[in-house]
Amino acid sequence: MDLIQLLALMPLLIVGGVSIVLMLLIAFVRNHALTCFVTCIGLLAAMLTSINTIGDGIIQVTPLLVMDDFTRVFCALMIGISLAASWMAYTYMEASDEIREEYYILLALAALGGCVLIASNHFASMFIGIELLSVSLFAMVGYMVHGGKSSDITLEGGVKYMIMSGVSSSFLLFGVALIYAYAGILTIDFLAAPAGATLSQGYLIVGTSMLIIGLAFKLSWVPFHMWTPDVYQGAPAPVTGFLASGAKIAVFAFLIRFLIASGPDRIDLLLAGLTIMAVLSMLLGNLMALLQSNLKRLLAYSSVAHMGYMMVALIAAIKTGNISEDVAAEAIGVYMVAYALMTLLAFAVLSRLAALNSEYETGNIEMYGGLLYRHPWMATCMFVAFLGLIGMPLTAGFIGKYYLMLAGVDQQLWTLLWVLVAGSALGLYYYLKVILVMCKESQDDAPAELETPVASGFSGVLISGLCLMVLYVGIYPTPVIDWIQLALASL
Amino acid sequence: MQVIGIIVSLMAGGLLAMALGPKSAQASRLAALAGLAVATILFFPLLMLAISETGSGTGAGAVWLSQISIEWIPRFGIRLLFAVDGIAVILIGLTLLLGYISLLSAWSEITKRCGFFYFCLLFTLAGVVGVFSALDLFLFFVFWEVMLIPMFLIITVWGHENRYYAALKFFIYTQASSLLMLLSMLVLVHMHWQQSGTISFSWFDLLETDTSGRLGFWLMLGFFVAFVVKLPGIPVHNWLPDAHTQAPTPGSILLAGILLKTGAYGLLRFIFPLFPEAALEFTPIAMTLGVISVLYAAKLAFAQNDIKRLIAYASISHMGFVTLGIFAWNAISLQGTLVQIVAHGLSSAGLFAIAGLIQQRTHTRALDELGGLWPQVPRLSALMMFFAIAALGLPGLGNFVGEFMILLGTFQTSPIAAVVAALGMVLAPVYALIIMQKAFFGTPSADAKSTSVDLVPHEIFMLAILVVGLIILGFWPGLLTNLSEPGMLDLMRNGLPAGQGG
Repeated sequence: MDLIQLLALMPLLIVGGVSIVLMLLIAFVRNHALTCFVTCIGLLAAMLTSINTIGDGIIQVTPLLVMDDFTRVFCALMIGISLAASWMAYTYMEASDEIREEYYILLALAALGGCVLIASNHFASMFIGIELLSVSLFAMVGYMVHGGKSSDITLEGGVKYMIMSGVSSSFLLFGVALIYAYAGILTIDFLAAPAGATLSQGYLIVGTSMLIIGLAFKLSWVPFHMWTPDVYQGAPAPVTGFLASGAKIAVFAFLIRFLIASGPDRIDLLLAGLTIMAVLSMLLGNLMALLQSNLKRLLAYSSVAHMGYMMVALIAAIKTGNISEDVAAEAIGVYMVAYALMTLLAFAVLSRLAALNSEYETGNIEMYGGLLYRHPWMATCMFVAFLGLIGMPLTAGFIGKYYLMLAGVDQQLWTLLWVLVAGSALGLYYYLKVILVMCKESQDDAPAELETPVASGFSGVLISGLCLMVLYVGIYPTPVIDWIQLALASL
Repeated sequence: MQVIGIIVSLMAGGLLAMALGPKSAQASRLAALAGLAVATILFFPLLMLAISETGSGTGAGAVWLSQISIEWIPRFGIRLLFAVDGIAVILIGLTLLLGYISLLSAWSEITKRCGFFYFCLLFTLAGVVGVFSALDLFLFFVFWEVMLIPMFLIITVWGHENRYYAALKFFIYTQASSLLMLLSMLVLVHMHWQQSGTISFSWFDLLETDTSGRLGFWLMLGFFVAFVVKLPGIPVHNWLPDAHTQAPTPGSILLAGILLKTGAYGLLRFIFPLFPEAALEFTPIAMTLGVISVLYAAKLAFAQNDIKRLIAYASISHMGFVTLGIFAWNAISLQGTLVQIVAHGLSSAGLFAIAGLIQQRTHTRALDELGGLWPQVPRLSALMMFFAIAALGLPGLGNFVGEFMILLGTFQTSPIAAVVAALGMVLAPVYALIIMQKAFFGTPSADAKSTSVDLVPHEIFMLAILVVGLIILGFWPGLLTNLSEPGMLDLMRNGLPAGQGG
């Protein structure tokens, strides 16, 4: 490995470095503010490095990782999400009676896992990345297990996530093994390799299917979504925010790279399977969300639905084949950015409120009654997040939905488009229900929760920033589109 | 350029009102008024331009009075394209006028969270002005959706007893149908892209698209559903009575006066010009729906006990005429449609304002709890009589002109539809006069809690504007039709299937 490769790998090295520095720091000084500060600065530096090197060309670092613009753009996004997750955690952790500092180490490791996954073009590094991400997340999901009343829900969430990750990993590994048996090579562009192909194509089909099933667990596509609501509910709000945005984006980014490299358009069976999963995710996600009276579970099912929406573009992308100039892959990228921003915003507000009163953390929707009058700014930001998730114009969500529809129209996926429209229409009800609850005047004028001014100002900046970003992307999406185009051009 | 100025000043007024709200309710009212006033001042040059371009019967004037196009999202050729013709000038004028009316009716009715209310009010107006002037389909869609949210909040926060249900229904109906419109829009743009090689959302470019195939019919249907929901027409009218009944008075005025008109405008501007063949093919069905709306909604109106519900169903009935007029697609029916839109805007605003005033005074909207109001509040009652008569289509007032022209135009294309719809003019007096009979005549009911305060000056002023408007429109509809003529004729030419245009 020479210096150029090492420099190219810099964003990942910095993220990895952050976790080591934090570990050493905690060994000597236990200071929450300092820990959070170091994490944020480190992640910021990594993100800026990543952005700064966009356009440096494709550099293969060891056979495992590739640093191209795709990696850089999505790593920047991933690290940005982690930055937000550590930022929003500060106020939240400050209000909890749990040991605080280790959370940031886990977060940095999870971020590293995500980046490795995004950068991997080899099944080994894919597996390392996905495990690093998941293992850190088990601990993060169950982080609050000692605290308060809801500890059994937290424990349930943590254990469930661990078991499901185990199952998904075994699917992944078996899929990879079958692909290896077929192709005799572990790089993801195995079909380009001249070697092997002595076995029947059945190995490839089964292998790819199992690999996709393994990833489907992470992306909570129906019918592999069962863990989602429990884990979302049990995990601390900042972790849920990270899980819902960061973890999914990293996996989706890998999936795009994998599907493009392996050219699965030869496998009609796979396309049929994906279509069925997409339809199920969009319908079931929205239908189940209708029944929820818990905000966190509602957001969990809504994320199932949104992953289903993204599959429309994914299927369109697979059908076109020509990825780098096509609108479909661009649609996935733009939607990922939009979805990450909106989800983070919703969970940032949730964590901020949870810091004021742990009752918010349970997600019980009754708690949010009259939020508009008690915390007008928080409620407004939540409105923006939810309007975005609905797909209202002038928010990032609309640009995303617009792109998805365009991708579907381009490939004439009429069935999927109908389901997309029907699903979005169903989705209106539960998003609006939450908005209505927040507009309702509560019967007893509950006294406003005490605010700790410094901490709330700190997280307030993040929330306002995210809110503005959701609106900015909705009003002027050109910079995001340019970035995504740049990223895809390098594939 | 003026259009952007109007939209921005409305938004700025709204923001200012919101900022001042917590300190002083009066200040936020004045801020809202100031925003509206600035918008009006900016509107006048447009109006003058429209007047100077009137063709006075020859249709020779320039069609587009003001046009602006700024790049927005170059990736998809989306532009901030605003263009105003005579039709848009009239509708923007109506929007601003009714803005004043609803502001005046909010003056005494809205007492809590004033700043926020005026914010919502002005943003609704800004959205509607945007809808009437945006000719980039993407931009149109943005405004179409954006005007929804403040209206939703107006119903949710300041509405009456069952407001959450009504607001939810309102939002879901409109939003779900507009998703269909979005899909149709994207397919249309894609079609245009395949035919011409350029991606554009501009109405002017999309006019060139050949939409004569089967797909074109489905696309037309997508647009049609979105507009008919907003209009509303039977069978997708269900949200309107609830939304109207539960909205506070200024909200009802906005809804009936201008939000419904965006649906009518959409039908007018997009259905025939973009899909001439498909629209022609669809005409019999649309006309049938229109006739059913006219008659069935009139019957439903008669059966209502809640005054606001009654007026809401009456609106549906009147909007049925609009559907008829548009699908007849000839000069006289289209001009009649425009007159009907404006006249209905004025008369329904008056009716809703008075219903609100009655509710303020008696704390009920139920007809069977009211009675014998005339001796107690003679001025209010007389004005109610005026608006009821206007709604039933008395010659000399605006509504008569509109309905008459529509029927005249419809008779040329479909005599049967015109004949059957004319029965609506028989049913209208039934429901309009039942209000008068039950609420204003007879003996006061036992549990009436009347406070016997007649109209105060600012309420009289508010209603007088509407009265004058309706009378002018009734006696001199040419004032309006001359303004819209160049635009309307151009629109009509665009809406004729290829080969028939001339």
